[in-house]
Amino acid sequence: MQALSVYNGQALAASEIPVVAADQFRSELVRSVADGGRIAALFADRREGTRHRIQAVVAFDAESVLRLTAAWIDAQYPSLTPDCSQAHWFEREMWERHGIVPVGHPFLKPIRFLPHAANGKPSAPRAVCGTADFFRMEGEEIHEVAVGPVHAGIIEPGHFRFQCHGETVYHLEISLGYQHRGVQRALVGGPDRRTIHYIETLAGDTSIAHASAYCRALESLAGTRIPPRAQVIRGIAQELERVANHIGDLGALAGDVGYLPTMSYCGRIRGDVLNMTAVLCGNRFGRGLVRPGGVAFDLDQDSVDELKRRVRAAAKDAKVAVELLWDSPSVMGRFDRTGAVSRETCERIGLVGVAARACGVARDVRRDFPYGIYRFAQLPISTCDSGDVFARAMVRWLEVQRSLAFVEEQLAALPPGPVLRPIGALRPGHAVVTLAEGWRGEICHVAATDDAGRFEHYQVIDPSLHNWFGLALALRNQQISDFPLCNKSFNLSYCGHDL
Amino acid sequence: MLKTLQARWQQGYRTMRYPDGPPPDLPARFAGRPQVDSAKCTAGCHRCTLVCPTDAITAGEQTLRLDTGRCLFCRECETACEAGAIAFSHEFRMAASSREQLVVTDRPAPAVVAIDGAVRRILGRSLKLRQVSAGGCNACEADTNVLGTVGWDLGRFGIQFVASPRHADGLLITGPVTENMRLALEKTYHAVPSPKIVIAVGACAISGGPYADHPEAHNGASSVVPVDVFVPGCPPHPLTILHALLQVIGRLSG
Repeated sequence: MQALSVYNGQALAASEIPVVAADQFRSELVRSVADGGRIAALFADRREGTRHRIQAVVAFDAESVLRLTAAWIDAQYPSLTPDCSQAHWFEREMWERHGIVPVGHPFLKPIRFLPHAANGKPSAPRAVCGTADFFRMEGEEIHEVAVGPVHAGIIEPGHFRFQCHGETVYHLEISLGYQHRGVQRALVGGPDRRTIHYIETLAGDTSIAHASAYCRALESLAGTRIPPRAQVIRGIAQELERVANHIGDLGALAGDVGYLPTMSYCGRIRGDVLNMTAVLCGNRFGRGLVRPGGVAFDLDQDSVDELKRRVRAAAKDAKVAVELLWDSPSVMGRFDRTGAVSRETCERIGLVGVAARACGVARDVRRDFPYGIYRFAQLPISTCDSGDVFARAMVRWLEVQRSLAFVEEQLAALPPGPVLRPIGALRPGHAVVTLAEGWRGEICHVAATDDAGRFEHYQVIDPSLHNWFGLALALRNQQISDFPLCNKSFNLSYCGHDL
Repeated sequence: MLKTLQARWQQGYRTMRYPDGPPPDLPARFAGRPQVDSAKCTAGCHRCTLVCPTDAITAGEQTLRLDTGRCLFCRECETACEAGAIAFSHEFRMAASSREQLVVTDRPAPAVVAIDGAVRRILGRSLKLRQVSAGGCNACEADTNVLGTVGWDLGRFGIQFVASPRHADGLLITGPVTENMRLALEKTYHAVPSPKIVIAVGACAISGGPYADHPEAHNGASSVVPVDVFVPGCPPHPLTILHALLQVIGRLSG
């Protein structure tokens, strides 16, 4: 094995990343994934003439290591996807962004409909978002349903194409890109005064986890250790972010099956949790809290006591509200066996986060690649086996309880000391991969610096990039009327995908 | 059934009394409408303008201007200014009906949001809005959505988010308007019957926010459709959005 093994957040000289021949890159990647590895990132980062350098980050959960390899390839190469399903979305991204053609890719079409080519000039011919060669079924009584980009609720835009026979969905194709703001392009040349704000709005409901992954990348590249008190406050904020979103999702799932009590209660409790984050930093989404070198705000004893009181109240209220779901046959009748994804499918396409744990796959960055406070305080992993809407709801509920207990525990044991330590300049010619467990799942940031210590490349993999395809597969042989429910049970990010 | 009733009892009555009662408590570290004091400004210092991520501040001779339509409320300027010329207050009432009114100067804040009387007469005291996210990061969307929960209960004011633009009196837009959403936004706007109002929520929808001048986006809603009300913030607190909506329907005047 030529690959270089690193830990989560371990900086290395970029020259240490082994560059192998293209055919060896391919065979090793396919073999690694067959041996239990998982593609955490696959991207192109350099170009010379018509040749591109591509890099793979393969995560081995059981060994807590990330294996890095790179290869120079021509503008055309044999597609990995037929031999390794996890490469599917990544190959489409490289094709769209850099024009690298994976020959033999079964589903080669844009994932973001970039209005501009990599050089910033308008791409020609201009890709019109949502106009793609959609997969179609033919036959009598087959019909197609198109939904979006503007949806009925207050939600981000995306386009969904269903191939149906009667009420049954045979195939769902998800076409995104409407939210593309050009973040990854803009991150190159940083860090600068806008960078942290790009990061906090990559997926605005995951500001804290994304900012943590970014700040850890910076701290590692600068060789700075942050104070223990800052680690704990970051951990508290990350778990509050998880709890707020999970409770919101449980309420929305109840709403999607018309069970109003839990919907109403959870909607309110979610707000209470966001307000706890606002106690930390003044902003309900944690904007301005996580900063390179630690956190921008300390907690005084009054705030700690206030938060403890609120955490206990939220735990009590949430228990009463959420447990109504499991006792209601009308709810369980809709949750049970709806939108099931098998464990085998989950492993094959590389689902992450709640969606993976709901298939019985115990995969969680906080345990597998522990970072920050999670190196010292472990949270039990919550799994469920059935892979359906019920499982995704139940995993969320288990995580809500465990995260609230964790927050209470950490508030009681805040180490003394400062919360912010200035970081030095970033080491030139270095690279780092940081993983974090956002509330949706694994967040992966890959940063590489140039000779001047500026970002030469910055790659963001939001968990949604792994999981959107899972939602499409979950809809197969389901009633089309169950789509809102299935969609909410994944609750993926549009802007986190489109970047 | 008993459990459901028990839960109902335990959860209690949660709708806030605002606007008839006091507004809900804001967090101690809440950043509301900033205040500037040009007299304290040291000539030629420019620390605030150098740290501002969105160029929201202009500092000239004796004039300090902070454009809350660009501001992300990150407080970097407040921290950078040793003279204390910029301070973020707890004032949550920040919406305005023109871009110029969003600019904070030494002068007292103008009376906010004046909606055209004719439009208000036609719409009456009910407001049906269609929300369009056009590159929003889901924070403005989430804190608009929260107004529908029992704590805020937007429905009691006759305000509702509807599923079709054809049922709507106007649009509430979030996000910088990505090039990929431009067409969908234009079509949605034209599908709303006239007279209609457009509310831009958040720094992105007002000015592009951190995405200002990106070729992939359009510097906010007003570059594509005419905007009547601007609600600053990143994201605005739900109370700021609610206050703006209540002004739009004439429920509140100040």
